[in-house]
Amino acid sequence: MYVYTEYDQKLLDERVAQYRDQTRRYFAGELKEEEYLPLRLQNGLYVQRHAPMLRVAVPYGLLRSDQVRMLASIAQRYDKGYAHVSTRQNFQFNWPALEVVPDILADLASVQMHAIQTSGNCIRNVTTDQFAGVIRDEIEDPRPYAELIRQWSTFHPEFAYLPRKFKIAITGSADEDRAAVRFHDIGLEMVKNDQGEVGFKVLVGGGLGRTPIIAEEVVPFLPKQHIISYLEAILRVYNRYGRRDNKYKARIKILVKALGVEAFRDKVEQEWNHLKESRLQVPEQEFERLKGFFIDPEYADLVDQEDLLAQQSESSPGFSHWLNTNCTAHKKPGYMAVTLSLKPTAVAPGDVTTEQLNAIADLSDKYSFSLVRSTHDQNVVLADVQQDKLFDLWQELKANGFATANIGKLTDMICCPGGDFCALANAKSIPVAEQIQRRFDDLDYLYDLGDIELNISGCMNACGHHHIGNIGILGVDKKGKEFYQVSLGGNSGREAAIGKILGPSFDEAEIADVIDKVIGVYVEKRLEGESFLGTVQRLGIDPFKEKVYA
Amino acid sequence: MRKIIVNGELVSDHWITVHANENGEITVPENGDVLVALETWQANKDALVAHQGKTGLLLNGDAELEDFSADLDKFDLIAVNFPKFADGRGYSLARLLRERVNYTGELRAVGDVLRDQLFYLHRCGFNAFVIREDRDVEDALNAFKDFTVTYQADVHEERPIYHRRPA
Ligand code: SF4
Repeated sequence: MYVYTEYDQKLLDERVAQYRDQTRRYFAGELKEEEYLPLRLQNGLYVQRHAPMLRVAVPYGLLRSDQVRMLASIAQRYDKGYAHVSTRQNFQFNWPALEVVPDILADLASVQMHAIQTSGNCIRNVTTDQFAGVIRDEIEDPRPYAELIRQWSTFHPEFAYLPRKFKIAITGSADEDRAAVRFHDIGLEMVKNDQGEVGFKVLVGGGLGRTPIIAEEVVPFLPKQHIISYLEAILRVYNRYGRRDNKYKARIKILVKALGVEAFRDKVEQEWNHLKESRLQVPEQEFERLKGFFIDPEYADLVDQEDLLAQQSESSPGFSHWLNTNCTAHKKPGYMAVTLSLKPTAVAPGDVTTEQLNAIADLSDKYSFSLVRSTHDQNVVLADVQQDKLFDLWQELKANGFATANIGKLTDMICCPGGDFCALANAKSIPVAEQIQRRFDDLDYLYDLGDIELNISGCMNACGHHHIGNIGILGVDKKGKEFYQVSLGGNSGREAAIGKILGPSFDEAEIADVIDKVIGVYVEKRLEGESFLGTVQRLGIDPFKEKVYA
Repeated sequence: MRKIIVNGELVSDHWITVHANENGEITVPENGDVLVALETWQANKDALVAHQGKTGLLLNGDAELEDFSADLDKFDLIAVNFPKFADGRGYSLARLLRERVNYTGELRAVGDVLRDQLFYLHRCGFNAFVIREDRDVEDALNAFKDFTVTYQADVHEERPIYHRRPA
């Protein structure tokens, strides 16, 4: 994990002081509401339905246990005893008072955390694969590069007032995209060229929201030393030419579409030609320095424990389900990565209490080198657990409410805060999630259905990524009443696809029935071993439509 | 005369902004330093060059370098207008002026210019600031001290942090 130098720490401390003064001037009437707004936004502070919401940055989803304890303590002291994991791997607090936020930021800074640029029209927290560094299929660990980009984007003087927000994601995985890079303003995919050199495939202009678009490839292979100059060129083109007259047309995806990817690339390359030979080039020793922070922890020399795990599974079906569903293969023999489900029935997806946060910190100390990861599907990962300790860990997870064996299944939903919290919502999303979880509470049935991504957003802004769920649910407003539109076939991975809308929207009370029918069609029509997404891709949405609207 | 910030000091602003009439014509004062919009400059180059005094160019954020860079040595001042403080185009334009065409004269931020943007504006190459009239220009001077550390290359520091970290 990246360790702050004095220099990095100073930057944070100065930011806290700056924000404290800005808040003071706001309360003294020296800063108008609309002037304070972008300043507080760039410090992660929204004002929502009931209270302000503070979004704390978790760069590329990586946390130390002392940082998790600080989040727990903040939840307890300044909030109502819980926090929420967002789809950008960040942590959100829903009830802090505006005037104490400088104190919260000071507490965060004491453990090298902050809320810098977690909202506002600037470069947001860079996200990555939650299994970075521990999966087998990796070209390289993307986190050193994510850290480089984090530093470059932090208080970038030129790009603080972009036309709109700007999100970058990076993946190092060779065959699976767990970071949804094709739905980001910039998606970076690590690639190796014929000479064995590492670089990036650069994708630009993806995004969700009102106009969901899959990113287009701008460069097939960008040598890694040019990554910063190239990002700078893209951002400059966007800052200068992105639309500012209409916030719904202001994302870079609209600019890329308007110019066409060829013309967009030309503009970027023209700009880049001036920048690429400058000091923006990243020296090899900086890559080495950054990589030094993400080296393997002190793994024990172990072998895989197939027999032990089989025997434990035999004696405990609950453990067996959990092992198959919530544990992921690890590059190191004898280890596994464990996902803690934050999606038990009747808890808002992604919510964790103070006690749970403390438990996560303790468990990471005990089982996983004191490191914790947050995921974009709103769960938490302990990435380095010894296989012979899995059974013990499972029991502790059960005691703390983390052992719901549903990772990747229908009830492991991505869900935005929706109408219960968010001022922009058309409809509630959390009760819809709960309704579906209650309907599909039979675990055997859930396993039989296999992997299904179900995503729920409370409005067109698509924070719940409904477009890219295999099943997507979108809250819409019809004459002041809450309705829900269902789409099928979305895919956040390499074979990126945007879901197709099934038809007219449904009343809240019907949703579980509708999903039931959709699943019924799948069960009836699936081929041996075919996933839900596979069936939708093969048959299209018509058979589902017929059943649901019959 | 209005107080503005130039190179970190409060000074009186003596520049006269001259607007064209509806036919695009201007009356250039016989002497004195005048600031004119890009179109006005393009339509009245001769008169402006002939007048006793300096000429300044007022740009909007969407200005393209090609439209005026051939005349760069004619200007003692370039001002970039911020219609709203949240319109970030001027930041990129300033860097291009300083880093691409090496403009070394006074570069002034005008319009909706407020204290909390000064630190970044300065890093992008502005050295003069006309703070919005309803604000305390003295207080704005504090903004330059907001940070003593930075990560990126900027107009004053060509090395990003990764060329500056002690080995
Ligand atoms: S999708 Fe809409 S309702 Fe949900 S959090 Fe985003 S803005 Fe709010």
